[in-house]
Amino acid sequence: MRSYSSLLSYIALGVLAVIASKTGILNAYVQIVLMFIGINVILSTSLNLVNGYMGEFSVGHAGFMAVGAYITSVLNVMLFTQSSLFGPPLLNPSSALFLFPVTLLIGGIGAALAGLLVAIPSFRTRGDYLAIITLAVNYIVKSSVENIQVIGGARGFMGMRNVINSMQDIINIPWALVWVIICVGATVWIIYRFVNSTYGKGIVAVRDDEIAAEIMSVNTQRMKMVAFMLSSGLAGIAGGLFAHVLGYINPGTFTIMKSTEVLVMVYLGGMGSLSGSVLSAILFTIILEAFRPLQVAKWVVVPLLLILLMLFRPEGIMGHRELTDIFPRLRRWFGAKEERG
Amino acid sequence: MLEVSNLHVKYGNIEALHGISFHVDEGEMVALLGANGAGKSTTLMSIMRLPPPEGPQVTKGEIRFNGVDLLPVAAHILIVKYGVGLVPEGRHIFGNLTVFENLKLATYARKDKDQIEKDYERVFSLFPRLADRRWQRGDLLSGGEQQMLAIGRAFMSGVRFVLLDEPSMGLSPLLMLELFRVLKELNESGTTILVVEQNARIALKYAHRAYVLEAGKIVLEGAAEALADNPEIQKAYLG
Repeated sequence: MRSYSSLLSYIALGVLAVIASKTGILNAYVQIVLMFIGINVILSTSLNLVNGYMGEFSVGHAGFMAVGAYITSVLNVMLFTQSSLFGPPLLNPSSALFLFPVTLLIGGIGAALAGLLVAIPSFRTRGDYLAIITLAVNYIVKSSVENIQVIGGARGFMGMRNVINSMQDIINIPWALVWVIICVGATVWIIYRFVNSTYGKGIVAVRDDEIAAEIMSVNTQRMKMVAFMLSSGLAGIAGGLFAHVLGYINPGTFTIMKSTEVLVMVYLGGMGSLSGSVLSAILFTIILEAFRPLQVAKWVVVPLLLILLMLFRPEGIMGHRELTDIFPRLRRWFGAKEERG
Repeated sequence: MLEVSNLHVKYGNIEALHGISFHVDEGEMVALLGANGAGKSTTLMSIMRLPPPEGPQVTKGEIRFNGVDLLPVAAHILIVKYGVGLVPEGRHIFGNLTVFENLKLATYARKDKDQIEKDYERVFSLFPRLADRRWQRGDLLSGGEQQMLAIGRAFMSGVRFVLLDEPSMGLSPLLMLELFRVLKELNESGTTILVVEQNARIALKYAHRAYVLEAGKIVLEGAAEALADNPEIQKAYLG
């Protein structure tokens, strides 16, 4: 019962946000910020799976985001819109409404396959070396995209706005927001279920002691592969959403800067804390927006806030705890099961 | 049960084992003795193939378990499918989990719920100290208690053949004695044990048979009592 109540309240909030956007109570700017919050939640929770729960140090999350963004965008533009690059739509534009989740998923799978690039070296090396490899993967992805002229190269790729428009031609609600809300809910649910499952606990075991995990019959290699692929796949989905929210992507968006932003959210929220990652993604996005009037000085003030946070609370907002550990009453609404024997 | 023949193992370019052969029969407790660097732990690591970079490489030879070639088998499968468990050197228990959680984690891949309940009771009766500290964090245990937990954990993973790497390391003589008494008890109730030890005196007292490793070769083997009386052993290991 209690696990349904969190789902229902999330759906109610989502519906409320969509209605408010439709009727104009939330203006376009607030909507965009809301969608960025959602995308950042997906990015930070998915990176937390690898950096927090599994204890590896991946710094190339934006690379996987780029893979997902490009695959989904190219597919959608090719399939559902009239474009100068690919000519007339291959499918009826109105089918975009039903097939969008499919292309999003294909983007995610593509990104998950790119995640394999990181997973395989992770069998042999950990720590700093693995960080360098993930960094390299990020650069490989960015440079590859820059050099594929068909999809715009360094100039970027656009036309995703038309995909959203063709969805809105059928039912006129802000579809980008709807998809973000659905994907955020699904991501948080998947990661929550995963890390709380018996199988998923193997990830934390790998973090704490790889040898002990292995001799307790955890398949550590497969565990790492699953974690990396799930994490990068979700990042790819976030990328696909990001592309359709903005309507334009270019390789310059998915640099180490973007990866760092995600890293910051993970460490701000607390490693190995799902609710921490959600909270910090919300907080971080809002802070960035709040300081927008400061213009360039924003990049002085925000890092300064981070330094202060690291000085006074190095374990992040939540540390290794979840919201339900701090406010046990919340357990009534969120299905966190406690077990002792 | 376990048959190792002509095993050559190397780390990088350095060969650590130069073709050793030994066997452990069902129900036996066999000790692998030797000084530091003789290759005792390497032997265990070659049987229990931990993922690289930890694992040494086997270049030649065979490891067979009830006739099945173990060389291509990963550690996590060894436990589930063949019932071979390892108590690693340095214990490797989870310090941030309680004693009970550590034991429970060992049942990760087990499906036989009823037997698991019985096994908990068995572990707690073998190590009453663990029962007392059931809810204590692993890293707050003393060295001896951690070793007990590591052994209890191997037992909880439902294995019939346990490899132990230096269980007496860092223990007081009294605890050492208690530990080996429990190992003997486990052995008598059907668990086959291969124990790597530096402390030859105590290992020879409890084991059925023993092998002595020296610089990557087996130099002596035989029944434990016979070895304990061997003047060479007495001079080198028993003082």
